[in-house]
Amino acid sequence: MAKIHVEASVNGEPVEFLCEPRASLLEVLRDELGLTGTKEGCATGECGACSVILDGRLVCSCLVLGVEMEGRSVQTIEGIASAERLHPLQQKFLEHAAVQCGICTPGLIVAAKALLDHNPDPSEEEVRFGLAGNLCRCTGYDKIVRAVLDAAAEMRGQT
Amino acid sequence: MSEPRYKWIGTRPIRPDGFDKVTGRASFGADLSLPGMLYGKVLRSPHAHARIRSIDVEPALATPGVKAVVTAADLPDLASEAVRGAETQTDFQDLSRNVLARDKVLYHGHAVAAVAATSRTIAERALQAIRVDYEVLPAVLDLDAALADDAPILHEDLRTKGVEGADQPTNLAARIEIGRGDVEKGFAEADVVVEREFTTRMVHQGYIEPHAVVAQSGEDGHSVVWCCTQGPFVVRAYCARILGLDPSQIRVIPSEIGGGFGGKGTIYQEPLAILLSRRTGRPVKMVMTREEVFRATGPTSGTRIRVKVGATAKGKLTAAAATAIYEAGAFKGSPILPGSMTMFAPYVLEHVRIEGFDVVLNKPKVAAYRAPGSAMAAFAAESALDELAIRLGMDPIDFRLANAAREGTEAPYGPRFGRIGFVETLEAAKRHPHYTAALGPDQGRGIACGFWFNVGLQSSAAVNLNEDGTAVVVSGCPDLSGTRITLAMMAAEELGIPIERVRAVVADTETIGYNDLSAGSRVTFATGMAVVEAARDVVRQLSARAAAIWEVDPQEVRWEEGRALPPEGAAGKPEPLGIAELARRAAQTGGPIVGQASLAARGAGPGFATHICDVSVDRETGRVSIERYTAFQDVGRAIHPGYVEGQIQGGVAQGIGWALGEEYLWNSSGAMENPGFLDYRMPVASDLPMIDAQLIEVPNPTHPYGVRGVGETPNVPPLAAVANAVHAATGRRFTDLPLSPPRVLEALDSEE
Repeated sequence: MAKIHVEASVNGEPVEFLCEPRASLLEVLRDELGLTGTKEGCATGECGACSVILDGRLVCSCLVLGVEMEGRSVQTIEGIASAERLHPLQQKFLEHAAVQCGICTPGLIVAAKALLDHNPDPSEEEVRFGLAGNLCRCTGYDKIVRAVLDAAAEMRGQT
Repeated sequence: MSEPRYKWIGTRPIRPDGFDKVTGRASFGADLSLPGMLYGKVLRSPHAHARIRSIDVEPALATPGVKAVVTAADLPDLASEAVRGAETQTDFQDLSRNVLARDKVLYHGHAVAAVAATSRTIAERALQAIRVDYEVLPAVLDLDAALADDAPILHEDLRTKGVEGADQPTNLAARIEIGRGDVEKGFAEADVVVEREFTTRMVHQGYIEPHAVVAQSGEDGHSVVWCCTQGPFVVRAYCARILGLDPSQIRVIPSEIGGGFGGKGTIYQEPLAILLSRRTGRPVKMVMTREEVFRATGPTSGTRIRVKVGATAKGKLTAAAATAIYEAGAFKGSPILPGSMTMFAPYVLEHVRIEGFDVVLNKPKVAAYRAPGSAMAAFAAESALDELAIRLGMDPIDFRLANAAREGTEAPYGPRFGRIGFVETLEAAKRHPHYTAALGPDQGRGIACGFWFNVGLQSSAAVNLNEDGTAVVVSGCPDLSGTRITLAMMAAEELGIPIERVRAVVADTETIGYNDLSAGSRVTFATGMAVVEAARDVVRQLSARAAAIWEVDPQEVRWEEGRALPPEGAAGKPEPLGIAELARRAAQTGGPIVGQASLAARGAGPGFATHICDVSVDRETGRVSIERYTAFQDVGRAIHPGYVEGQIQGGVAQGIGWALGEEYLWNSSGAMENPGFLDYRMPVASDLPMIDAQLIEVPNPTHPYGVRGVGETPNVPPLAAVANAVHAATGRRFTDLPLSPPRVLEALDSEE
């Protein structure tokens, strides 16, 4: 089947790509656009390693088709930090030792950003439910939850 | 002895590889692509047990875009030979036949053939074109079926090891026995005896990153392999053996690794990628799907353990006995030996006997999983001890304290313990406010303890001094958990320079000396010892350079805070020479400064832990929720406390998953029914509370900083801690894991 031409925005920059109709957004990001920070853990929407923010909404990029991207805007882990400095979430993940192996980290940071975009002052329980779609097998989530709460406080100017 | 003062040990600096990991730059197994790369896929058995009559690969080879197809006929047929130094028992013949089935398939998902094609889609399509003629055989799916007199036999040539005169084909691969004393005499002395049988199911390590490899072979016969592994040198050795190559023909470059927990300490598709690359002359990439990870890698054994423990009315253990049966999967080699050795290791026992059995059946071959064999053994032992304490009317911690192993205690498996901190973990647990905190309705509190040996094994490391006086620590142990920063901190401490001036990297099999696996909780201990030695080598060289400049005896030069100090009364009263100055002058004083060390580390201090778990049980749904969890562990010395806590928190979370939800579910023909994260239920953030990791520091005398391994011990107590808490909440003794809602509800309903 012929590839389809798609124009979209990735991390604020215009991109165009040719996409097999069956290819997922995850495959497009990783294989076509070279953005391998978005990880594949299951390809069935169960682990959250491929989390991206699509038009302001957190999605598993493995469950979105590349062709659905036409005219839409996506933010990936590569677009979270500015050139000069880390996003507070990224900084707090480091300070709290919330990264062990690091494979789930991009998805968790993207999911946490989506959470804080909508709720800048979440409770511990809201963080836990906000991140419940992202599996981490190394940390037991303790330090991740603390890092997100700390980042939220800093972003509210409370530290 | 006063507490040593350290500059970096015990602090929490940011790891050098962290920036790449929070920005998406870090390159994991599946992240590498090369020009001209082909994609490899594996054809897997749709049967749990079948004879392969024939394989016709021609239709697949005729598919446009397909470049090569390989089967077991393309691998040397290896003789049986035990693999030395493996984390769990493995045999090269079995390893080869697990990589590609020869003559028979032994589990649903067993690899049968591999294809390389110009795209994933073409490779997947080509798999469907391979024609395999199977003679389906009856499958052996549980221990009773495997051990029945008329059981279908997986391996016609398998005989029971450890049983004299065993000359009949069998599925019982081995019988082991450990212990001492006379358990009958011991039980006769007991006032109270508890005897129960416990069962656990196969569970997976559950790393989030599927296995991935890229292999590129050149015309010179040399292959370069990039893969996510716990042991690049082990991948090299195993692939060479499976393919009939020399290790020097393979270079393994470890990528970042997205979790392993023991499961990435062996090989699956790596030799296939090399073989397909050699056949095609092009790079070949192979990445497993999650379903393949579940069906054909890991897991750890399902078990059945019968335990008997006895004590006097005053609470002294008089005897312990157990019969433990572990599923090995399709090939021999379950962790029955470490399971049996650890089962009663925390306790003083004059009379102890454990009989263990290793059983093959038509399920995937088990792989190491965090303290292999020990969590299930502790589930049985610690549940029985909990019941014994209750029957004696004793506090569970007091009961354990009365019987706790100390320095000099003879372990059930033989040697005497050196300096250990088990008692300290029990005392800390007893003192902690958690232990006496009030509980709500339908809540209960459980205690359980755990032990793991920890290992040393072989490590090589180098410390390269840069021309500006910064340093690079080079090791060959993949970093699963923050070991780069831990190793860098030890080097910074030795060199006396800021941690920001030390970077640590993981090298490959051609750029550093041999290293065993990142496993056995050994990296900070053993590779750490090598790094400390290498850093001291740098300090010796720097001191010698300074001595030459000052024209004094090198023995008289002291090294302090990153500077060489001249001896008192040295001619001309020279100023101290800093590391940056000495590095800058290296070219004039003898050349580059590189410290090196390689060793086979001994004296890994054993790890002990005591866990307190609070649960609440929903009597309407059977759901068990973890309300509070505190883990006390002797960690020797925490180099970076943040990552030590992280090891404990992660191990506890895995243990909670094992206790409450995780299990392989099989259909009647032996296919796993839940090979995805939706149905194989690992804990998510909303399933868990904060996990309080309490670090108890009883330094290990054999390590320069007192390090003990910490990674595996935390996975040992949670199964029993949770089950004991559920008992406290419900009055029901659950002996069959996991405590999933349907099982708990059924038990609660049957009671009412």
